[in-house]
Amino acid sequence: MNIRTVRNTRVIAVVFTAAIFVLFALRWAVAESDPNAFNRLLAPKTERNAPPATDGIHDPAAFGTSLLQSPRDAFAALPKSTAGNFINWSRALADGALNPRYNINDPTQQPIVFDLNIVREVKGSMPDVVYPHKQHTEWLDCANCHPAIFIPLKGANNISMASILLGEKCGVCHGKVAFPVSECRRCHSQTKTAPAVVRGENDD
Amino acid sequence: MKAVLASTVAVGIVTIAGIEKDAEAEYGDVVMNQYSDDAGMRPVVFPHWFHRIRFRCKACHGDLGFKFEAGGNDVNMVKIIDGQYCGACHNGDVAWSIENCDLCHSGVAGTPTQVHHSTTQKPKARPVEQSMSQPESSDGVEE
Repeated sequence: MNIRTVRNTRVIAVVFTAAIFVLFALRWAVAESDPNAFNRLLAPKTERNAPPATDGIHDPAAFGTSLLQSPRDAFAALPKSTAGNFINWSRALADGALNPRYNINDPTQQPIVFDLNIVREVKGSMPDVVYPHKQHTEWLDCANCHPAIFIPLKGANNISMASILLGEKCGVCHGKVAFPVSECRRCHSQTKTAPAVVRGENDD
Repeated sequence: MKAVLASTVAVGIVTIAGIEKDAEAEYGDVVMNQYSDDAGMRPVVFPHWFHRIRFRCKACHGDLGFKFEAGGNDVNMVKIIDGQYCGACHNGDVAWSIENCDLCHSGVAGTPTQVHHSTTQKPKARPVEQSMSQPESSDGVEE
């Protein structure tokens, strides 16, 4: 390799780096300056499940950060959803894509699954809530929720969306770890059976 | 040399630009910073997603006594070495042991104890609501 080739390689490297830099700067400038940018406040899909070094809460300077798994890699084979981790965790269990341990030391111990749906008739116009014990007892023990969070007695629990959003009742998990409350219809899933007020022909 | 310098500067700027945005931590990631900052360690980032791939909620929240609340568990290294909390697994037997300090202590210094992307966290980010009296935080977000 003669001097000229080395020099040319260097020039190409500098130009290439500068081009990348300018592109990033432009992208950033456009995103900052365009008041009508599409999904202005929403992280693009390509940035979901970011690797730890770029997720903003891990310090890239920590040696350990580089050893941590990227959620993107871990989630590749799991069924997708539209919010939270963008993973449908319940379906992952049901499909057998995951088989997490129920006991830290005993991989063979199986959960005690309790198949009972609780229907909560809600006051507003939303469909009624169907609470499936089955999906919850796949992950949890009865004592995780009863009696501290939910009194195991019909009608004894006063639940509102406000309290859920503040992290109480269902909100102890949903909105933090389990699928977030933006997924309205995953709970509000049963159409009300009672007919709505029947209007007469001349009611208009 | 110039190329190296330029790429270093470019990477630096891109990194800074990335950090300046809202942190896009994984949903459910818990930052634990009850003692870390004061002790000169990076805060702990606990990835819920990684652990729930391997364990059901009951394993930690039932058997190990972890409460459902960021900041609600008084976890320290003495207890962990003693086999409590994280130490029930992170003992070199079920999972790697505690000498790998910065696999856990890998958070950005100064990050408060919190559950990332928690619903109780979002209203607090709005300046209008910050002036109003807030109910007692249930996930230990630093006021």
